[in-house]
Amino acid sequence: MGHAISRRTALTAAAAAALPLVHIRSAGAAGSIRIGLWDHWVPAGNAAMKKLIDGWAAKNKVEVSIDFITTVGNKLQLTYAAEAQAKTGHDAIAFAAWDARNYAQSLEPVDDLVEGLIKQYGQVNPVNEYLSKVDGHWRAVPSSSGTQYKPSCARISTFAKAGVDLQAMYPTKPEHTALSDGWTWQKLLEIAPVAKEAGLPFALGLGQTTDSVDFVGALFRAFGAELVNAKGEITVDSDPVRAALEYMAKLTKYLPPDVYSYDDASNNRALIAGKSALIFNPPSAWAVAKRDNPPVAADCWTFPNPSGPKGRYVPYLPFFWGIWSFGKNKAAVKELLAWLCQREQVETLCNAVSGYDIPPFLSMSDFDIWAKVEPPLGTVYNYPIRPWHKAVPSIAGYPAPPEIAVQIYNRATMTTMIAKMTQGGQSMKDVIAWANDELEGFTR
Amino acid sequence: MRRWLHRRSTVAFLMCLPLILLIGGLVVYPALYAIWLSLLNKRMTHFVGLSNFAFLLRRSTFHLVIFQSCLFAISAVIAKALIGFILAHLMHAIPSGRQRIWRGLLLIPWVVPLALSTLGWWWLFDPSYSAFNWLLARVGIGPVPWLGATGWARFSMILVNTWYGAPFFMIMYLAALKSVPEQLFEAAAIDGAGAWGKLRYVTLPMMRNIISITVLFSLIVTFADFTIVRILTNGGPRDTTHIFATYAFEVGIASGDVPLGASVSLFMLPILAIASFLILRGVTRRDREMAAA
Repeated sequence: MGHAISRRTALTAAAAAALPLVHIRSAGAAGSIRIGLWDHWVPAGNAAMKKLIDGWAAKNKVEVSIDFITTVGNKLQLTYAAEAQAKTGHDAIAFAAWDARNYAQSLEPVDDLVEGLIKQYGQVNPVNEYLSKVDGHWRAVPSSSGTQYKPSCARISTFAKAGVDLQAMYPTKPEHTALSDGWTWQKLLEIAPVAKEAGLPFALGLGQTTDSVDFVGALFRAFGAELVNAKGEITVDSDPVRAALEYMAKLTKYLPPDVYSYDDASNNRALIAGKSALIFNPPSAWAVAKRDNPPVAADCWTFPNPSGPKGRYVPYLPFFWGIWSFGKNKAAVKELLAWLCQREQVETLCNAVSGYDIPPFLSMSDFDIWAKVEPPLGTVYNYPIRPWHKAVPSIAGYPAPPEIAVQIYNRATMTTMIAKMTQGGQSMKDVIAWANDELEGFTR
Repeated sequence: MRRWLHRRSTVAFLMCLPLILLIGGLVVYPALYAIWLSLLNKRMTHFVGLSNFAFLLRRSTFHLVIFQSCLFAISAVIAKALIGFILAHLMHAIPSGRQRIWRGLLLIPWVVPLALSTLGWWWLFDPSYSAFNWLLARVGIGPVPWLGATGWARFSMILVNTWYGAPFFMIMYLAALKSVPEQLFEAAAIDGAGAWGKLRYVTLPMMRNIISITVLFSLIVTFADFTIVRILTNGGPRDTTHIFATYAFEVGIASGDVPLGASVSLFMLPILAIASFLILRGVTRRDREMAAA
């Protein structure tokens, strides 16, 4: 004999059973994600990023926890090395230049995301493809945050003494000038003695850190000097490499004697202190000069690197965002990254850091911020590569296969070659033989 | 079971267990994991035996790293031992009431975080704005490339390591000196021993074990040093200041070849194992001799 069920009891039971099926949209309803982002040099950069992400999180009901991780002391690199080994940590993390490739096996492919962005915004900076596309698959999303060019940043007055009008050569309008065709490595060699005579020698580092490696990498490419070619063959014993080394042997006579021990801050300090007429650097040095030594900042102009027999190359150092394959909420983090890569967000971030960040898509090199920054007005207008610059973004070690190039880059093979010859007094033959031996090790 | 639990050896083992687990988790496991990593290929997908080590031994840059690591560690340890020994004797001669302040002051380099103090040194050596060079310029001496020329850069690294580590030697030697019975010095004086004689026949034999153990400990720490080189020179100029730890970082973390980086860092192991064996054998032998006497 069964119990009779009253209508009230039946309704209560049905309501209780249906309750979990009701989707209650509250903060964190779509899960939570933890993301590790690069700790921006420009303090406003982190705040702007956090504001953007908080807005997205509130709108999408996702709980987002952000860690801003500095590259000072390689903390970011150590963090992703540890997370890759432990297979736990953030859902997504920022990767500096070569590292997304180094950890490709632990990263979720993001072909759909990047290809979608390419459809939307056109060509992505080719260096990004070289660094992040592994076996035909995008392993990380090119990001604007922290991505930089390292073009020339020079003193207008010193170059004027050498007969070069920087503002006429690279004006603040979309115009290719005949003067810019004359901005070559040979021209730089002619101006170097004038700058040295004026007590402002070019602060071009030949140490083992990125600023030194990047500028020398662009110079080698301009001479057509490849240490290892795209097929992975060692090509260091070549005429273009000898030409680049000979050129540097001439140039180093006019550089400060301490360039061999430069780190990434040495060139900045030289410019800011008013002791150098040229560095190859993002506008961070100019920005600090604006605060600490305004007359120097007002005399600075940023423009592409000189050209050589094989073209004009500008060092480019990108950041990426990678999604760990062991991440817990990959779908949500992918949505967040796709949203952050939209032009509106990229421009907001770029404005917050006074134009320091370079967008990964070439179509985004028209933001207003670069024309507005001063003093002098338009000083960083030519910081991003513009179509009329006829310049190519470059990373040292290219076109060697990236797993070889990363070692050329991090072991500073090119700057060490120059230092061995110009500081260590070794013959060019010995230096090339040494490099050949090193490169054999890299290609194992 | 109850009897087993009440045994002195069981209690001792249980009391040591937390430490054993700590050492197991933080020392033994990472060491074994590093050995395992060093036996893998670059992508860490298959076992390659000792080929990473064989590869390293064929590279001229790595030969330079071995030489520099030995030069750095041995020179720095000798300098620290000598300075620590002299300081300990000077300190021992100060009346005990006034000793505390000097002891405290001399220990400052050892207690300040190394990264912080090395940054201070880096500023003093800075390529462009060296405070030392500024002072030298005042007396008409040209700038010294402290970190830009191989010889000076190596000297600077050893100097900073000595400055940091000498107080540790001083405090260890001072403790050893205080434990030497005063009667031995008095007996030596009666036998006509001067200051040199007391040092040679009383102080040194009595301190020999503590000197050996301190040298061993410092050798291990100095060989594994990373901070000083990383901050001062980053291995430059021209790789002539790289030591095992900084080179391992460059190869393993920066260039994405973790197994090769692990192999570089493991090269310290045989060198330190031989040094430890020789030093500890001497300590044990002297202990036996003293016990027999």
